[in-house]
Amino acid sequence: MKIGVYICHCGTNIAGVVDVHQVAEYAATLPNVVVARDYKYMCSEPGQNLIGDDIRQFGLDGVVVAACSPTMHEPTFQTAVFRAGMNPYMFQMASIREHVSWVTLDPAEATEKAKELVEAAVFRVSLQEPLEKRRIPVKQAVLVVGGGIAGIEAALKCADAGKKVYLVEKEPSIGGHMAMFDKTFPTLDCSQCILTPKMVEVVRNENIELLDYSEVKKISGHVGDFKVTVVRKPRYVDSTKCTGCGICVTKCPGRALDEFNLGMTKRKSIYIPFPQAVPLKAVIDRDSCLYFKKNICKVCIKFCSAGAIDFEQRPEEVELEVGAVILATGFKPFDARRVPEYGYGKFPNVITSLEFERLTSASGPTGGKVVLKDGREPESVAIVHCVGSRNVNNNIYCSKICCMQSLKHAHLLKEHVPGVTVYDFFIDMRAGGKGYEEFYRRVMGEGTIMIRGRPAYITDVPVNSSEKGKLILVAEDTILSSVMRYPVDMVILSIGLEASDDAKEIARTFTCSRTADGFFLEKHPKLAPVSTPTAGVFIAGACQGPKDIPESVAQASGAAAETLAMMGKGYFELEPYVARINEELCSGCGVCLNLCAYNALERDPQTGLVNVVEALCQGCGACVAGCPSNALDLDGYKTKQVLAEMEGILA
Amino acid sequence: MSEPPRIRIVAFLCKWCSYAGADLAGVNRTKYLPNVLPIKVPCSARMDPELVLRAFSEGAAGVLLAGCHPGDCHYLKGNYKALRRFKLLKKFVSQMGIEDERLRLEWISASEGSRYAEVVNDMTTKVRTLGPLNWRREIAIEA
Repeated sequence: MKIGVYICHCGTNIAGVVDVHQVAEYAATLPNVVVARDYKYMCSEPGQNLIGDDIRQFGLDGVVVAACSPTMHEPTFQTAVFRAGMNPYMFQMASIREHVSWVTLDPAEATEKAKELVEAAVFRVSLQEPLEKRRIPVKQAVLVVGGGIAGIEAALKCADAGKKVYLVEKEPSIGGHMAMFDKTFPTLDCSQCILTPKMVEVVRNENIELLDYSEVKKISGHVGDFKVTVVRKPRYVDSTKCTGCGICVTKCPGRALDEFNLGMTKRKSIYIPFPQAVPLKAVIDRDSCLYFKKNICKVCIKFCSAGAIDFEQRPEEVELEVGAVILATGFKPFDARRVPEYGYGKFPNVITSLEFERLTSASGPTGGKVVLKDGREPESVAIVHCVGSRNVNNNIYCSKICCMQSLKHAHLLKEHVPGVTVYDFFIDMRAGGKGYEEFYRRVMGEGTIMIRGRPAYITDVPVNSSEKGKLILVAEDTILSSVMRYPVDMVILSIGLEASDDAKEIARTFTCSRTADGFFLEKHPKLAPVSTPTAGVFIAGACQGPKDIPESVAQASGAAAETLAMMGKGYFELEPYVARINEELCSGCGVCLNLCAYNALERDPQTGLVNVVEALCQGCGACVAGCPSNALDLDGYKTKQVLAEMEGILA
Repeated sequence: MSEPPRIRIVAFLCKWCSYAGADLAGVNRTKYLPNVLPIKVPCSARMDPELVLRAFSEGAAGVLLAGCHPGDCHYLKGNYKALRRFKLLKKFVSQMGIEDERLRLEWISASEGSRYAEVVNDMTTKVRTLGPLNWRREIAIEA
């Protein structure tokens, strides 16, 4: 065995703390090591060439690179050694940046730890064996979960490329939050006008199968070949027969709060979520329907000429087979009740930014008129930024969209209510984005009064006659350094974005991780922003973190591109880490059979011994650790290899 | 006076959550004590009790096992399997006279860099107080 060891300086990232020459000198003394070098940037082209040249010159059959975390550059160096004719699995990385130089204060201790990790890697590589990646074909179909703007965009891109797309939406209509908005910043495009054509295209596109009012129940398999179970919830309306005429809606006597208008109005028990809904089909809400509650009524059946009403519908399971998944499950608006000092839910004229969107919308509860709860036009309105964001009591992160949203609302107020006074309370104005700062200036020019300060509380108790009947915001204007009282008629709370309630469940179903704030974790924050650690599962839009429409669309395109690149190649290379069984040691006890979560172990009916089904094995090693006869082992993580690594550490 | 010998704690980190969590501690430049040496394993369920005992017999002063939080396992339920084995192993290890603080199982997610650092510091401090195990010398287990 001939091993080459390469210690990377990573500029000063490693060399600034770890004595890299000393580590290289130490490595040279280790068994089987024929060459040990240190170099400024191992991942650079000359760095990679250095390894290749040595492989050819010394006939190396094992390589150790001590540099950053293998998560970062293991594939880079595996490719480099492969190009020079070596098996990429005869390579091992020692992470002396993330695990040593960046986390250790004392240089002497850091150098010592680096030596130990290098020694571990050398010991390990001595016992490694050449392995071959497994190639698995990729099914040319994709599952998109979530039919908001991100999901729609991703579905359309994949469908345009000729792939089969299943778009699953849990609500009766696609469109997501964007369908609820009136205008979009900073261009003031009408939200529906730019969204609706895309929604319609979803049902027109023959490559897309829309599974509306459905949820993913289960997913199994792996990248390239996922098996998905989707549950279609009963609409109690046969979608194939319903024409969307709406007669049933006009005749229905049942009433419930209208979700689309955030409970500001009522809708019928049989309803079409909003005029531009896709699919434009009615749905019955079981909880308020008189038939389901009292077994009476059935008015809808009487009036539906298409005979589409079907009270006997049951949840229906659909099985899908796809090669990749794009999660675009969106966000949840922050619940303003969690900031009780602003009195949301107590004062009728304290509303959220999303409710204001519905107020200004022509299809909203007031037909687009901005009015108070008693129908009067407001003379003065306050907009409060950062409600639920940038605050240790709620969410520490910035929700990113609220500044622009607030500015848009300030503008819309001036447009809808001539002569209105608008106060805008902000902590910092964050208008980063194309055309955003310009929009901020425009809104300032329109006479909105900008106040740098977060209101402490909102009260309806007046201290003088001018405050009578008003809502009073008590806030410190931090530029004047004085606490002021601002009486207004209406308050708009610019609420932040939170991870959706079912994010945890979704993360479990698709085995992807979440960050501390509950949003989905990307594979790499800079270089793999739409990938997840689970191969074949991609993320797009606000399920990954707060973002506005342009960013969501860009991410959706990115996720579609990742999916299409994988499908275009036609196959996916799986790591060769699979369990192996030594039949001479296997006693056929079957302990391992229950340990395998993938049914990758089966008993040979003839011999009674256990076989590994390689195609199903995911390489977790649970069976290996459980085998009482040591008959099982895991390629790439063999017991002897892990032990060698440990001996290297402890030597 | 000669310096006390450097104690070493072997950490078996699952590659999906805990190893990534340790990476994150690095990316965030969170400083922690240098005595915990990580070994990447595919899953906490790969942890054979034999490997833990061998670590002690080879001179480790402590062994840290870390995996994904319950319910978040990349391999569905590997961490539950690890937990069951750990409970048995823990009993066995304490009967061998090895102090409780020397063997730990922790759930550390890919986003919990600071938690990884806290666990490392806490465990190192406790194990340092106990000192080296010297199991190899005292019990002389045949490997």
